[in-house]
Amino acid sequence: MRDRKFSITRMPGFATVAIAAFVLLYVPIVTMVIYSFNASDSVALWGGFSLRWYAIAWENEFVQQATIRSLVIAVSAALIASVLATLAALGTTRRPSFKGQTLIYVMINQPLMVPEIVTAVALLIFFAGIKVATGYTGLLYLIIAHAAFCVPFAYLPIRARLEGMDLTLERAAADLYATPFQTFRRVTLPLLAPGIAAGAMLSFVISLDDVIITEFVKSAGQDTLPTYMLGQLRRAVTPEVNAISTALLVLTVLLLTAFFLLTRKRD
Amino acid sequence: MTQETAVEAIAAARHYGTGSTAVKALDEVSISIRKGEFFTLLGPSGCGKTTLLRLIAGFETPTSGQILLSGKDITHIPPNERRVNTVFQSYALFPHLTVARNIAFGLEMLGRPNAEIDNRVKEMLALVQMEQMAERKPAMLSGGQQQRVALARALAPAPEVLLLDEPLSALDLKLRKEMQLELKRLQTKTGITFVFVTHDQEEALTMSDRIGVMKSGKLLQVGGPRDIYNAPVNRFVADFIGETNFLKGQLANGQVTLATGETLPLPDATGSGEVTLAIRPEQIRIAPDGPITAKLKQTVYFGTDTHCHLALADGSEIVARLQSPPSGETGLQEGETLRIAPVQGAVQILQED
Repeated sequence: MRDRKFSITRMPGFATVAIAAFVLLYVPIVTMVIYSFNASDSVALWGGFSLRWYAIAWENEFVQQATIRSLVIAVSAALIASVLATLAALGTTRRPSFKGQTLIYVMINQPLMVPEIVTAVALLIFFAGIKVATGYTGLLYLIIAHAAFCVPFAYLPIRARLEGMDLTLERAAADLYATPFQTFRRVTLPLLAPGIAAGAMLSFVISLDDVIITEFVKSAGQDTLPTYMLGQLRRAVTPEVNAISTALLVLTVLLLTAFFLLTRKRD
Repeated sequence: MTQETAVEAIAAARHYGTGSTAVKALDEVSISIRKGEFFTLLGPSGCGKTTLLRLIAGFETPTSGQILLSGKDITHIPPNERRVNTVFQSYALFPHLTVARNIAFGLEMLGRPNAEIDNRVKEMLALVQMEQMAERKPAMLSGGQQQRVALARALAPAPEVLLLDEPLSALDLKLRKEMQLELKRLQTKTGITFVFVTHDQEEALTMSDRIGVMKSGKLLQVGGPRDIYNAPVNRFVADFIGETNFLKGQLANGQVTLATGETLPLPDATGSGEVTLAIRPEQIRIAPDGPITAKLKQTVYFGTDTHCHLALADGSEIVARLQSPPSGETGLQEGETLRIAPVQGAVQILQED
């Protein structure tokens, strides 16, 4: 007799819903990518294939500055977040479970749960006070803000890696005369490296993409790529925005592929 | 003859939890392991043998009692400051380092000069016959090869004592037998004190100079393989090490009256009262004038010997192991009534647990 187990894939309309979902997900992205190669000035009318808008975006001084600013912020935030997340992950996994552990997890992952607009307003008010008091209006505010909301994204893959690590290895190192620091440096850290790299990449992508917090925290003339694009949309919409978005998409896909390769389980 | 002591535990106890719910993983065990001997801690899982090993390695601290290494108190010294190395059950090879780097690890941590480390690594690779594999990563090795690397890595720093935590349990039978001989060879060659933990009695008997049998956190008996096998102190030890037949009876005037009503002369036995006798299956003979009557229920052919399952007059069952004759046929019929006798001196009188 055939196995008549319940399967969601045999429900009526399953295929239709699945196809509709994929269409909704990918048609807008594909359209955006196609129109980034549009030769005409319109985002809606096709005027033939051209790399014109890529050239225009590439030569646009504002785009250049915003790109550099975005990269500086994302790299700095990713570095700071992955260091903090590594410390947090070591602190929460390398010890017997303790009272209030869940509370610590919740506190570390707070940026994932609090509405971003709330964090943005809070940071705006907090940093405004500091700006008045110190007179400093540089990029550091944005870097700190980005690092803060990137911590949980870096924390998750690092913690997963630590929890999957065989504790006997650290014991073996101690047994072979390694001091606790040597054990960390020679065994724990090298084995943790792929998790840290994955966390840093995820943080980089999250920071690169941020609009809300950046929009609230940035000082005048501190547009990042996303806030610059938002500003552009308020004026004339040209395929230049499509070109920048497509470039960002390619970068993100590359990084997430690397993230996937680093975090997938071996053997 | 006085012998130097390598490791000593003095009333070492390890409890998990506190108060009335505390689990006594190790219950005030005192043991003295001699320099250069192959000592095996044998017992079922949960008997405390691994806990004792961890106390010696320094991964755990005893709740009370002391651990001495060459007479020095090391109870509160961290593992990295003890001249003791461990071969872990899971091998615990560093996956990011090559075989050679794994073996060099301990020497590097001790800050030895590079030339010495290189020589020692070569020597160790030769000792475990893994010269060809020096540049491989552990994931590219078979279980038996990983085992050899783990052994070489633990031996490289020339520890005072080598601890082995069931290192052969993950290997298949043939490889396990090979490694038993290999371990014994390495121990003899290096002269290092081996403390070997296992639940496999055959492993313990074939390799050890002395065996400590443990149960429920207590050390029941310490002795050479022959002492443990031939003179177990109680029923648990007799039952755990090899197969044994147990018979209850009343001891009086140098003879035991069995539950069947038959009497078994034991001229050397002193005392009187209820006793348990232990007789190894291979120590039972079929003898026309034997003191015990038994009905042959079943024979099982094992190649080298044949197991005879026998029923006594009171219904209790015992097993006799007879060496198979060249024809393979013992000539015994199932259902036949036989007379049997234990070999002279083979009957043990046991204490009750």
